[in-house]
Amino acid sequence: MAALHFHNVTLGYDRHPAVHHLNGEVARGALVAVIGPNGAGKSTLLRGIVGILKPLDGSIHLGGLDARDIAYLPQSAEIDRSFPISVFDFVGTGLWRDAGLFGGIGRAARKKILRAIASVGLNGFENRPIGTLSGGQMQRVLFARVLLQDASLIVLDEPFNAIDAKTTADLLALVKQWHGEGRTVLAALHDMEMVRNHFSETLVLARGPVAWGPTADVLTPENLLVAMRMCEAFDDSAAACAADDAPSRAA
Amino acid sequence: MLYDALIGPFTEFEFMRRALAAVIALALAGAPIGVFLMLRRMSLVGDAMAHAILPGAAIGFLLSGLNLFAMTAGGLIAGFAVAILAGVVARSTGLKEDASLATFYLASLALGVTIVSIKGTNIDLLHVLFGNILAMDDQTLLVVAFNATVTLLVLAVIYRPLVIESVDPLFLRTVSRAGGPAHLAFLALVVINLVNGFQALGTLLAVGLMILPAGIARFWSRDLTAMICIAVIAAAVSGYAGLVLSFQTRVPSGPAVILVATVLYIVSVLFGRVGGIVRQLFPGRHLEA
Repeated sequence: MAALHFHNVTLGYDRHPAVHHLNGEVARGALVAVIGPNGAGKSTLLRGIVGILKPLDGSIHLGGLDARDIAYLPQSAEIDRSFPISVFDFVGTGLWRDAGLFGGIGRAARKKILRAIASVGLNGFENRPIGTLSGGQMQRVLFARVLLQDASLIVLDEPFNAIDAKTTADLLALVKQWHGEGRTVLAALHDMEMVRNHFSETLVLARGPVAWGPTADVLTPENLLVAMRMCEAFDDSAAACAADDAPSRAA
Repeated sequence: MLYDALIGPFTEFEFMRRALAAVIALALAGAPIGVFLMLRRMSLVGDAMAHAILPGAAIGFLLSGLNLFAMTAGGLIAGFAVAILAGVVARSTGLKEDASLATFYLASLALGVTIVSIKGTNIDLLHVLFGNILAMDDQTLLVVAFNATVTLLVLAVIYRPLVIESVDPLFLRTVSRAGGPAHLAFLALVVINLVNGFQALGTLLAVGLMILPAGIARFWSRDLTAMICIAVIAAAVSGYAGLVLSFQTRVPSGPAVILVATVLYIVSVLFGRVGGIVRQLFPGRHLEA
């Protein structure tokens, strides 16, 4: 059964598409890399999946999943790290689904939070304000929150950007662990070697789907060249899109 | 001697006791709101809103006198009208939201002063602009206390979404729809507390007892709970010391309270544990880890 189903999805801002006419589905338990140049629409697509952005056209179905069964790891730049919040409290926000507005954080929940922090190698950092962490440490904190969310669909927006090899290896192991547990994982990535070696399925985006399927078939020089030649036009006087449903992958 | 100067005014005069109770209520509710205004980078939005709510509060004031319910209702309507109009103009024209808000709050301030000038007296105008906490009656004090209580209760309800929305708004949007309502409720609390500060400090200084204590707290802690506690204490101390200063020197009470808060702010800028100037100049020997 599919975890995600895209039907002629167009996502964008102010009527300008960032990704258009995406069709296809992501199987439950799949490990999918979303690749493409800057501005290709990777983050926009992920925002559409987690419900932050409504499609301009078409629809995204979550295959019976509740929206709260999704864990989303945003790019670090979206987070205000000057806010005075400790690592413990920040990771603890991952328990929102259980705690909500008023639910208490009891002993069991505190243990869960501490375990998640320990799982990403940040023992002893619990009381540190997030503003004092390095980029790699902050990324570990974000992974700890995803761990705590215990979601069946995990959406990661450029999770390995600007972090060292050791941190990348540790966090990649977590991604593979989630995949091993049968969770569906989608990650926007730039490292082609990592995609080739660790992700079974790849979607190449360039403001629209270029190719989607098994990584070995999709990650070809031809497809990458098409993606690199992507048109970045953003034209206020453009005519309304007349394209029909353009299937990008057999559903 | 010291007793006469610091305690005497409050044991001797009922109006001083009422004023003290009012500044403590304002400190308890306004300072936490100020901390969130500052952390959400909305300090100047708070200042702009203080001016924007003037016409509504002025109409309430002229219709019902110093009835804080009427002033709060008028202030809320004017505040939201300005916020919404500024937002609509910004989104439909491409003008930046701060520029749009600046235009509307200035127009609103001018309209408010005009209403009070035409319909009221100069004393009314001075009262609205600068307040007079020493003239507070029992009924007004009760309204101030009621507004403060409502503020603390609502803040308790929206605390979690407000914190998460401040630090990681995208995350909150993926797990809950509470972010939007929490932001609106927070704006309403800002307006309620600005109107609450009218009687004590006037429209021009009402935001002072919210923002200055928050600024002070930022220099002493990196923890949100501690910051809120420090801000409340700083606001209450400023209120008390400002009242004593006003009583002893005949300086108007509103400016006296804000001037004391300013002194505390300068001390914090110089000697604060977190980023204070002296601490930066003489940081001590570096640590091992």
